[in-house]
Amino acid sequence: MIATESLSKRFPRVTALDRLSVDVGPGVTGLVGANGAGKSTLIKILLGLSPATEGRAEVLGLDVATEGAAIRERVGYMPEHDCLPPDVSATEFVVHMARMSGLPPTAARERTADTLRHVGLYEERYRPIGGYSTGMKQRVKLAQALVHDPQLVFLDEPTNGLDPVGRDEMLGLIRRIHTDFGISVLVTSHLLGELERTCDHVVVVDGGKLLRSSSTTDFTQTTTTLAIEVTDTDEHPDGTRAVRDALHARGVTVEDGRGLPGAGHTLLLTAQGEDTYDLVRDVIADLGLGLVRMEQRRHHISEVFKNNDASSDEQRKEAVGHGD
Amino acid sequence: MATEQSLRTPAPAPGDTRIHNIGYRSYDGPRLGRSYARLSLYSQSLRGSYGLGRSVKSKVLPMLLFVVMCVPAAIMVAVAVATKAKELPLDYTSYAIVMQAVISLYVASQAPQSVSRDLRFKTVPLYFSRPIETADYVRAKFAALASALFVLTAAPLLVLYIGALLAKLDFTDQTKGFAQGLVSVALLSLLFAGIGLVIASVTPRRGFGIAAVIAVLTISYGAVSTLQAIAEVQSSGSDSAAIAWIGLFSPITLIDGVQSAFLGASSAFPGGVGPSNAEGVVYVLFTLGLIAGSYGLLMRRYKKVGL
Repeated sequence: MIATESLSKRFPRVTALDRLSVDVGPGVTGLVGANGAGKSTLIKILLGLSPATEGRAEVLGLDVATEGAAIRERVGYMPEHDCLPPDVSATEFVVHMARMSGLPPTAARERTADTLRHVGLYEERYRPIGGYSTGMKQRVKLAQALVHDPQLVFLDEPTNGLDPVGRDEMLGLIRRIHTDFGISVLVTSHLLGELERTCDHVVVVDGGKLLRSSSTTDFTQTTTTLAIEVTDTDEHPDGTRAVRDALHARGVTVEDGRGLPGAGHTLLLTAQGEDTYDLVRDVIADLGLGLVRMEQRRHHISEVFKNNDASSDEQRKEAVGHGD
Repeated sequence: MATEQSLRTPAPAPGDTRIHNIGYRSYDGPRLGRSYARLSLYSQSLRGSYGLGRSVKSKVLPMLLFVVMCVPAAIMVAVAVATKAKELPLDYTSYAIVMQAVISLYVASQAPQSVSRDLRFKTVPLYFSRPIETADYVRAKFAALASALFVLTAAPLLVLYIGALLAKLDFTDQTKGFAQGLVSVALLSLLFAGIGLVIASVTPRRGFGIAAVIAVLTISYGAVSTLQAIAEVQSSGSDSAAIAWIGLFSPITLIDGVQSAFLGASSAFPGGVGPSNAEGVVYVLFTLGLIAGSYGLLMRRYKKVGL
């Protein structure tokens, strides 16, 4: 989808990108970096709007330096900042943007209705955008990027300014852009935590340099850890301890979930295939306890970074290592 | 999200109620590309200049100005028909000069509407992330405002012309005058659109844009006509060269000069003497230069805006 080769962008006083070489395949790719890490600059270059100082880049097999217009016809772009006029309705605005992408009038109207419905805007789409909530505005911005059915969309900080619920909805929507719509996504964020749930692949940039590029599964699925939480009963006033002892008796090593929410009531064990799940279920049933939760605990990307990036300086870890 | 989920999964609902799953449909139809996009932007901007496709509030001023522009023409026609006059009370070419205040007001209100809004609400990056380029945006906006101005200034001329024919005035005479008038307002539309857009594109604030356009148009006209009046008094009418050269420095006197030199108009300059043919050539070059210059300035301006 995207390939860059020692791509650099230097402004008179700052180097925004420094010999960045990265390959991005189909799917949802997260581009993570602190503010000013060069994410937006990279998107501008990839859209063919800003020439690179050196190096080359291709989007969908097209050279950004010479085939910018062809690229822009096939990709969508959702900017980070507000970009919506308040005095027109979402429908009018998105229809206009569809026509600006080259869709004939009838197709523009049909695609607009479809796209607005897919991003979750219904009756309100006929009202002026000025009266929308931040979440609705973000959806309109997303709709204008998708309306011409691009092969690839660039989403620049789509969760900015959203509350936790809106954030989750937006991330779900981004996931669907790929799974349901078949459109590949490059999504930027300065929050590593929210991308691990959404992306297949994460690219981390810092100071215009590539810090790491690998798939999310590499990051998080080195081990499968099970987290278990049970109820207490009269017979077993401390259900957690009872389960731990029972599991110990069957030869399973169990850790306390120290440092996790609900510590003291959470048990962690390493799953060795399907059997472990059955064993846990049987043990708890035998004891007559209620199973509150049993879930796979993936490592968070940030933890992986703390382990792997010991060489990088503290500040960098702070910047990219924080989840939300 | 609950509703979205149900739309997505085709769950068999009990009874007659059924939720149809209209999944995502991809688009395989034509993509008409850059020139079509430019044309779309042009028509959207042109319609927007009369408030079409926008709120009721934004229709009021342009429509009102359009009516104000046409009413005097209608009255003149009515008078000419009723009194069986031999000619219209006002030349085609003089109409825009007499109504210049209305035209200035229209440019001042619609030029910022056309470009300042895109800057203020940062819609420009959305345009440039699509197939169109800076030149397409500038040309579409320029052409749209010039066309809107042409509609505003040519419509009353059309009213006059139709009225003149109804009043059975001399056909060839009237047609010639009408054609000269159209050429003159076409030049005026391009010139005013260029000046208005250059000023408006500097500021994302609509209010500043309006004030600045009005200021530039009225102050330049005020200064030029005052200086011309002084020149006329001092030269006691014998030497009109000074008056002509001063006239170069405001858009409306520029148009006046061009049309009195080449389009058979009677000049509104003090003394009623327009520029000579040689001076007229300078007027035409100056006008075309201003139009080209404002196009160039707009291009420079939008090169910088980008994303």
